[in-house]
Amino acid sequence: MFKILSKKSLNPTVTQMDIEAPLVARKAKAGQFIILRVDEDGERMPLTVAGYDREKGIVRIIFQVVGATTEKLNHKNEGEYISDFVGPLGRPTETENLKKVCIVGGGVGCAIALPVAQQLHSQGCEVHSIIGFRNKDLVILEDEFKAASKTLTIMTDDGSYGTKGVVTEPLKAALESGEEFDEVITIGPLIMMKFVVATTKPFGVKTTVSMNPVMIDGTGMCGGCRLTVDGKVKFACVDGPDFDGFLVDFDEAMNRNSAYRNFERHAYEDTCNLFNKGV
Amino acid sequence: MAANMSLKKNEMPTQPADVRSANFNEVALGYTAEVAVNEAERCLNCKHMPCVSGCPVNIHIPDFISKIKESDFEGAYGVIAQSSSLPAVCGRVCPQETQCESKCVRGIKGEPVAIGRLERFVADWHNQNQKDAPEKPQSNGHKVAVIGSGPSGLTCAGDLAKKGYSVTIFEAFHLSGGVLVYGIPEFRLPKKIVEKEVNNLKELGVDVVTNVVIGKTITIDELFEMGFEAVFIGSGAGLPRFMGIPGEALNGVYSANEFLTRNNLMKAYREDSATPVMHAKKAVVFGGGNVAMDAARTAKRLGADVTIVYRRTEKELPARREEVEHAMEEGINFKFLANPIEIKGENGWVKQIVCQEMKLSEPDESGRARPIPIEGSTTVIDADSVIVSIGTSPNPLIKDTTKGLEVNKWGCIVVDEETGKTSREGVYAGGDAVTGAATVILAMGAGKTAAKAIDEYIMSK
Repeated sequence: MFKILSKKSLNPTVTQMDIEAPLVARKAKAGQFIILRVDEDGERMPLTVAGYDREKGIVRIIFQVVGATTEKLNHKNEGEYISDFVGPLGRPTETENLKKVCIVGGGVGCAIALPVAQQLHSQGCEVHSIIGFRNKDLVILEDEFKAASKTLTIMTDDGSYGTKGVVTEPLKAALESGEEFDEVITIGPLIMMKFVVATTKPFGVKTTVSMNPVMIDGTGMCGGCRLTVDGKVKFACVDGPDFDGFLVDFDEAMNRNSAYRNFERHAYEDTCNLFNKGV
Repeated sequence: MAANMSLKKNEMPTQPADVRSANFNEVALGYTAEVAVNEAERCLNCKHMPCVSGCPVNIHIPDFISKIKESDFEGAYGVIAQSSSLPAVCGRVCPQETQCESKCVRGIKGEPVAIGRLERFVADWHNQNQKDAPEKPQSNGHKVAVIGSGPSGLTCAGDLAKKGYSVTIFEAFHLSGGVLVYGIPEFRLPKKIVEKEVNNLKELGVDVVTNVVIGKTITIDELFEMGFEAVFIGSGAGLPRFMGIPGEALNGVYSANEFLTRNNLMKAYREDSATPVMHAKKAVVFGGGNVAMDAARTAKRLGADVTIVYRRTEKELPARREEVEHAMEEGINFKFLANPIEIKGENGWVKQIVCQEMKLSEPDESGRARPIPIEGSTTVIDADSVIVSIGTSPNPLIKDTTKGLEVNKWGCIVVDEETGKTSREGVYAGGDAVTGAATVILAMGAGKTAAKAIDEYIMSK
């Protein structure tokens, strides 16, 4: 059992939790993920590490309530326990020797992008962050990004905060103005990452994407998280989750991520009904 | 007492095929005590014990059968337990027909003694009737780490614990049992039985730590720093292989590992499971091994019309004969001499399988007739789901994080067959991590071999 040491709501649908998991905290690096189960009959759910404190043995997770499992997790409170928490899994984001990087985050993906930005910042890299949200109420981690970035551009779809528009607009403008990034690292919805890649490709800037496919075991056994990268089968859990964005087949990944949408919607509604009944 | 000279084994009662193909309860129901004694009386108690040489863990077979003849079932269990840590599992999933039973003298004229069924009877009798915990062996003060709680790891841990070692098993998943819980379906091996076998080991003092991925959470070097004097790697088979044909990324295409893990480990076949699985109308399984049979029979129980596509003929199927027969009885279709070359989709989901028709040619290096394409001859099968069951490649996590651990060109860990010793001092390995996908009992044999070698290694230090 793993104790929830603190819980904080970052916006109406995104929650941050600090979990007591010393073995994971000892090893975790930016870009890696964990697998958790909320309770004994729960599904295994991957979440990318949003932060860690090695000395205190704490791993931070940030999740958006989108389905039955995240809904159940969100009903857990400080001091309560979740049944399983294993990691760190996957390969860390490669940050070595990077001097100037543009981080492009979207929505809850910003929670995963932040530790990468912080890691780069701590090693003296010049970080330019572009983070996008649907509207002002959903903006998260602004101060944290500000602290880790030389420049921070916030975009909202409806213009209620920052600049109105999508993240690819300031990215394209920066590239057109002659900004030279060693790398663009993007984490967010698949459709956003697809367009980030389409934006950087004409400029030939190396672009790393963080893939978040359906996973079951997460340790290199089931093959559920497979992607086509450069025409070959790759497994996000052991080969990733970071991949060269120019080589990822995004359309295929988007199709595969939709496979259980109906099931998930029903399960989510059932779970919500359960909680609404006060069971 | 005169021997029972019947040429036939006592039949194993099973659930009727039309009933069991719609439920996940165990197919084979087990012998009663009377039937077990009757079957035991078919054993001639041969002095030279040919059956024992056919057993990868060398169970003293005539001895335990003699105890059954005397209705001393606990005594029979005691004999088996000297050699096997998982008798209730082996009695169910061992390919006895190619091992102990293939050497049985009674098999020369008629059917061999049903050794596997007797083993199962004895183990189940013990688990149902013996309530006392076994005595914990006297500690010898030495610590050994075992990676993975599948058949090789459990066996290695059990043997070392019996010798007094303090053994810790590190398991990556939330549940122990390895392939016994994620791979082999409930209807062949009820998970309660695996749990009971694991609990038997815990009662011997074996510590099982779940949610630790060796190579990620802790490395092998760190295990030595933690005071473990030897390490056994029983991490099992790894990532599934795919055909490399168009359409394998369509929705509705599963690896057997994923399909079975969803159903067995995560219980997706149950209505109340949090993990989803597709309930296909028409599923096609690629491959002809035991895993393919398990996947096909699971899909059938979820309501699908199932076809197994195999590129050779029935005779070359690598699966156990009993599994093939059970599958056929349950109404699984077989399409032999066909090789899938494309999966066609519609709206991102599987729609049809295109198969190349094959014929058999001269034997290849595996000794089996080599299938070759019949030019210009293809067939199309309608399907909404595909389960690819053509084997696995080793998991890279341990080899990538362990310096000096030699692996072969496929990534399997290289060991000395006599001892299970790897290229790293104090590190032993066995099971699928070494051999690639094989059987439960071979993995157990490897775990046993390594336990003996680890004991000798530590005692000689």
